[in-house]
Amino acid sequence: MNSLRNFLDKVKPAFQEGGKLQKLHSTFDAFETFLFVPDKVTFKGSHIRDSIDMKRTMILVITAMLPALLFGIWNVGFQHFKVNGIEADFWMRVFYGLRTVLPVVVVSYITGLAIEFVFAQIRKHEVNEGFLVSGMLIPLVLPPDIPLWMVAVATAFAVIFGKEVFGGTGMNILNPALTARAFLFFAYPADMTGDKIWVSGTPDGFTGATPLAEAAIGNTGNIPSVFDMFMGWIPGSIGETSTLAILLGAAFLLITGIGSFRIMFSVFAGGYLMGLLFNLWGANAYMEIPAYYHLVMGGFAFGAVFMATDPVSAAQTPTGKWIYGLLIGIFAVLIRVLNPAYPEGMMLAILFMNVAAPLIDHYVIESNIKKRRRRAKKAALLRQSV
Amino acid sequence: MTKIITIRKGLDIKLKGEAEHIVATADVNRFAVKPTDFHGVLPRLLVAEGDRVLAGTPLFLDKNDDRILFTAPVSGTVTEVRRGARRLLEAIVISADTTPEYLQMQIPDLAAATAEEIIDVLLKSGAWPFIRQRPYQVIAHPDHKPRAVFISAFDSSPLAPDLDFLIGNRGNAFQVGVDVLKKISGAPVHLNIHAEQTSAPEFLKAAGVQINRFKGPHPAGNVGIQIHHLDPVNKGEVVWTLNPLDVAMIGRLFLEKRFNTERVVALAGSEVMHPRYIRTHMGACVAEITAGQVAGNNVRYISGNVLTGTRIAADGFLGFYDHLITVIPEGNHHEFLGWAKPGLKAFSFSNAFPSKLLHRKPFVPDTNLHGGERAFVVTGQYEKVLPMDIYPVQLLKAILAKDIELMEDLGIYEVCEEDFALCEVICTSKIEVQSILREGLDMVRQEMS
Repeated sequence: MNSLRNFLDKVKPAFQEGGKLQKLHSTFDAFETFLFVPDKVTFKGSHIRDSIDMKRTMILVITAMLPALLFGIWNVGFQHFKVNGIEADFWMRVFYGLRTVLPVVVVSYITGLAIEFVFAQIRKHEVNEGFLVSGMLIPLVLPPDIPLWMVAVATAFAVIFGKEVFGGTGMNILNPALTARAFLFFAYPADMTGDKIWVSGTPDGFTGATPLAEAAIGNTGNIPSVFDMFMGWIPGSIGETSTLAILLGAAFLLITGIGSFRIMFSVFAGGYLMGLLFNLWGANAYMEIPAYYHLVMGGFAFGAVFMATDPVSAAQTPTGKWIYGLLIGIFAVLIRVLNPAYPEGMMLAILFMNVAAPLIDHYVIESNIKKRRRRAKKAALLRQSV
Repeated sequence: MTKIITIRKGLDIKLKGEAEHIVATADVNRFAVKPTDFHGVLPRLLVAEGDRVLAGTPLFLDKNDDRILFTAPVSGTVTEVRRGARRLLEAIVISADTTPEYLQMQIPDLAAATAEEIIDVLLKSGAWPFIRQRPYQVIAHPDHKPRAVFISAFDSSPLAPDLDFLIGNRGNAFQVGVDVLKKISGAPVHLNIHAEQTSAPEFLKAAGVQINRFKGPHPAGNVGIQIHHLDPVNKGEVVWTLNPLDVAMIGRLFLEKRFNTERVVALAGSEVMHPRYIRTHMGACVAEITAGQVAGNNVRYISGNVLTGTRIAADGFLGFYDHLITVIPEGNHHEFLGWAKPGLKAFSFSNAFPSKLLHRKPFVPDTNLHGGERAFVVTGQYEKVLPMDIYPVQLLKAILAKDIELMEDLGIYEVCEEDFALCEVICTSKIEVQSILREGLDMVRQEMS
């Protein structure tokens, strides 16, 4: 590795202030720190620091998404050959899936990272690693046959208007990946909704509705079995279908301590509770499906594990996280069941709670402030009386 | 039996190189007083290079309050007045006599003296700066009576000196020091001990104090955390805090009738060949203490512990408040694909590295930052190592926004840098938490003065 290090040290001056390539400083820095943890030492404050950094954190989140991605690749192929009535073995399915999914992932990363690098250079700070996760989330929540230019447009919209206009990573209000999906959902509904888009390369006249779509029109009899939905060999967005793969990722996030247990648990609890409430109401067939169906249908599990837990757009106080998660679960099921125009309530529920999260935190912190003020007042009275 | 306060959040960092219970002596010739040890003090120099000083001769005073004197720890000749950038007074270096000569002082008997007379003695002798106050963690104001005095009798920070070990062999100096504090403060004195580990009779049998018992991981030994759990500081209140070893110094001042600055310091850290205790005087030159004791050149000398200590040059000096010198390796090397390595030996509070499961031995830390500085992204981290009813990130953001009222509301009067040091250590975004907090404390202090 020494020769690589020497090479970097040799070309480094060109990228620094006054060098020929100084416009690419952030880009160089990003690649350099990607290859080598910098030799920077603590200057003030604590002399020793934790080995964890943003790169490690983000890489762990991507690792957690791998089961969903790999399963998604296989499932895209599986669904394709199934609806076309072609016999196919495991590798044919994987190969077809790769051919369909990989371009979406690549387009998402290239578009997003290019914009991130430009903004980092303009703002003269280091490239933030946040997009490494967003860039993977975006493909996983899209239908497999989404046109690539749409992926690029949506990613650009999400990074610029979802994140950079607020000041970049750490300052955004909405989850960037969901912003991308919402953008496509409202701008190009024909490519984001309906019965034809959830399987790649469908024959003419094919309709392959997702469980959510079936439920929304009252065809609860057409919903696949809970086992099928849990395992995920059903039509749907690339990475959302398999609850099992998602739970593997969730376990990884919880063991490494990266994902918030409070949020994940309370989202599932909220969804389940709302499902139970609807069971009691029972005004139509959708309301009567068992409450736990909601947790394995559509993007609920994916949203709970990978989207709601985004630390920047979620509530930040421990108490706030419970409330935030619970409300996401409740709203997701509420929107699904009561508003047939939006079968996927999870996306809207999370975005809505992203907006509400600062308000929740405000009230949580306000109670801490009030406690402190009361105590100070009491002490002041005591001093006066003495 | 008083109840035990259990601190549940925090982190004990076990580092290699803990000092053995052996007291050695070192041949130290140079000593210094560093005005930079005293936050908020504007020094006015009272001596010049070449002056002869006795132990106890004032070297400089605080322009904000010229009663507060800072005196020579040993007798000898002022060989250097070290200045840094913008002529900042950094150190007054004294080349010491072989046997110290003490400045004669009129020190009254404790029982007979009034509080004012005692305060006067403390100010003139140079012992007053031992007494620091919360809020702001600065030298206490001689005219402001505190609500209470707090002494933490155990240090839970990494490689901390064993206070039970050091407080012994001082006769009843600690008790006399406590009596002094009681008299001049007119307030209750709290002695906070470790519920299981505190063993020194000086602490356990101390008279006239309220003994509080604590246990739990670091920062359980931080006096700020203890105050927060006993009786938090409200706006407009002042409490005093002291290190128990400094309390004993004050006691010795009244027992010996002279300011004897002899001090036993721990020499610890992975780069020290024989970590142990060294008998010397305050402000001793670190290079002379550690002579022949440190392996390698690429090391960092820290006066204090690795969390809050001051980085000093190899020929720097022991800080006024420090009873520990830590020597650890510098981390100025690149690590290939460091973020992707499994990290079997990585130091981390998080579970992001398997080292947490595998590595039970004390760590050899280095000073590498382990990443670049980022915006606040990960939430809920700081709360795990800050055992206070305070929202740390929100408080730091209030400081960055310079919102003084919000800082007050979020509890800035209750905290100081050392309480937030662990937040800085474990921060994924590598945010300089302690510097930000100090900025906030200074802002509020200026606003209130």
